[in-house]
Amino acid sequence: MHVLDLDYMLGLLPILLGYLPLTLEMAGAGMLAALVLACLLAVVRVQRTPGLNALAMLFISFFRGTPLLVQLFLFYYGLPQILTFLVAINGITATILGLTLHFSAYMAESIRAAIVGVDRSQTEAALSIGMTQGQLMQRIVLPQATRVATPTLMNYFIDMIKATSLAFTLGVTELMGATQKEAAGSFLYFEAFLLAAIIYWIVVEILSWLQRRLEKRLNRAYQR
Amino acid sequence: MIALHGITKRFGTHSVFEDIDLTLEQGEIIVIIGPSGTGKSTLLRCINYLETPDAGRLTVGDLSLDVTRASRQEILALRRRTAFVFQSYALFANKTALDNICEGMIVVDGLSKAEAHARGREILERIGLADKANAYPASLSGGQQQRVGIGRAMAAKAEVILFDEPTSALDPEWVDEVLSLMKQLALERQTMIVVSHEMQFAREVADRVVFMDEGRIIEQGPPDELFTNPRDKRTQRFLRKVLANNPVV
Ligand SMILES: Nc1ncnc2c1ncn2[C@@H]1O[C@H](COP(=O)(O)OP(=O)(O)O)[C@@H](O)[C@H]1O
Ligand SMILES: [Mg+2]
Repeated sequence: MHVLDLDYMLGLLPILLGYLPLTLEMAGAGMLAALVLACLLAVVRVQRTPGLNALAMLFISFFRGTPLLVQLFLFYYGLPQILTFLVAINGITATILGLTLHFSAYMAESIRAAIVGVDRSQTEAALSIGMTQGQLMQRIVLPQATRVATPTLMNYFIDMIKATSLAFTLGVTELMGATQKEAAGSFLYFEAFLLAAIIYWIVVEILSWLQRRLEKRLNRAYQR
Repeated sequence: MIALHGITKRFGTHSVFEDIDLTLEQGEIIVIIGPSGTGKSTLLRCINYLETPDAGRLTVGDLSLDVTRASRQEILALRRRTAFVFQSYALFANKTALDNICEGMIVVDGLSKAEAHARGREILERIGLADKANAYPASLSGGQQQRVGIGRAMAAKAEVILFDEPTSALDPEWVDEVLSLMKQLALERQTMIVVSHEMQFAREVADRVVFMDEGRIIEQGPPDELFTNPRDKRTQRFLRKVLANNPVV
């Protein structure tokens, strides 16, 4: 029986950790862009903005209704054939784009639910003193909705970190791609992928711990 | 001056009221009474454009608009001239008492934060909540929340404050503090339209009591006249019922 080669794993650890920043950067950039897009989509959905609402619904339906891997291949391999200016798109950009669109569709729905959950009388109160729809959203509704939606949004961020591993199918050498390469050189596939799994796991556990602490604080918000 | 001319409101095919006329002088305080479902709240909400009236003309101070052709700017201008106090307080849950009061001054009137806070603290002083500046609504009693709601309306420096049953969601123990704040405003001759069944309050404070039934203003007059000598049968019946529960001294 094959015995776990711990020395190999210890040696591989710093190499793989070197690729962790790229993984986190892709997830971080994707998350920020997705948050902005999701807020816009959610506001359009809540206010039923004529025209845009139908587009938003189509967008959300498509990006929730198709696998992320298919979407990534579509952007990276497919779209440049039609939109030739996209030929230069690199794997990292395509991944961030794919993560943004895919996750914004899910996040838009959680943010929308949170917005709708904000007590309607507060909306009326804001309008009654002469605030515009925009001011009302920005100052009263979104701050409360974000607090409600934060735990769910954190879950999506965790999913997004794991989903960055798909970037390796677009030829990006991130944590997963690097592991694949190292394993192919050493033939120690089990050790290499186990180590990669552990690294993802620890990152996710750290985030889950942060999420729980944040949730406790959010539950106490506005109570003083 | 506040004037409603021919104000009409329908929900779908259901007509709440047609052709309502009502005029108030500056500094006048009127109390609207009437059975529930009569359209009192809807009327107040129309004056603040929280409901869009279907026909009529609204005049508040120097602003006069045809409700069917009101532009966005005119609607905002109308709302700046009117303030609303809600039955359910409707405070901003994410803002402290002080910030609830200052929000409109900062966002709508464009005051600096420092100016707004200075005025906000004065208002907190006047509503007796100076020590609650940094408290969030969730930690305040119903009476305190409604006083902040009134403070928010005071901060708007509106031509008229519209009160929609401001005490009817309150536990009885908090009613007096809210009514006495409203009396204080009345003494300062703040123009107000109050929908309320607090007959004692109406008697002491109102210049005029308006009785509404089934979407119509049935009769109106000074409280001692209307309470002691109601002309219409419907007014008599309504007053008998209400005064039996809430005797006025
Ligand atoms: N948003 C609405 N949609 C449909 N009908 C409404 C709405 N708001 C009020 N109404 C109806 O309008 C009538 C007047 O209601 P309201 O103004 O709340 O009466 P009041 O305040 O005198 O009790 C009632 O028949 C009520 O059912
Ligand atoms: Mg009502």
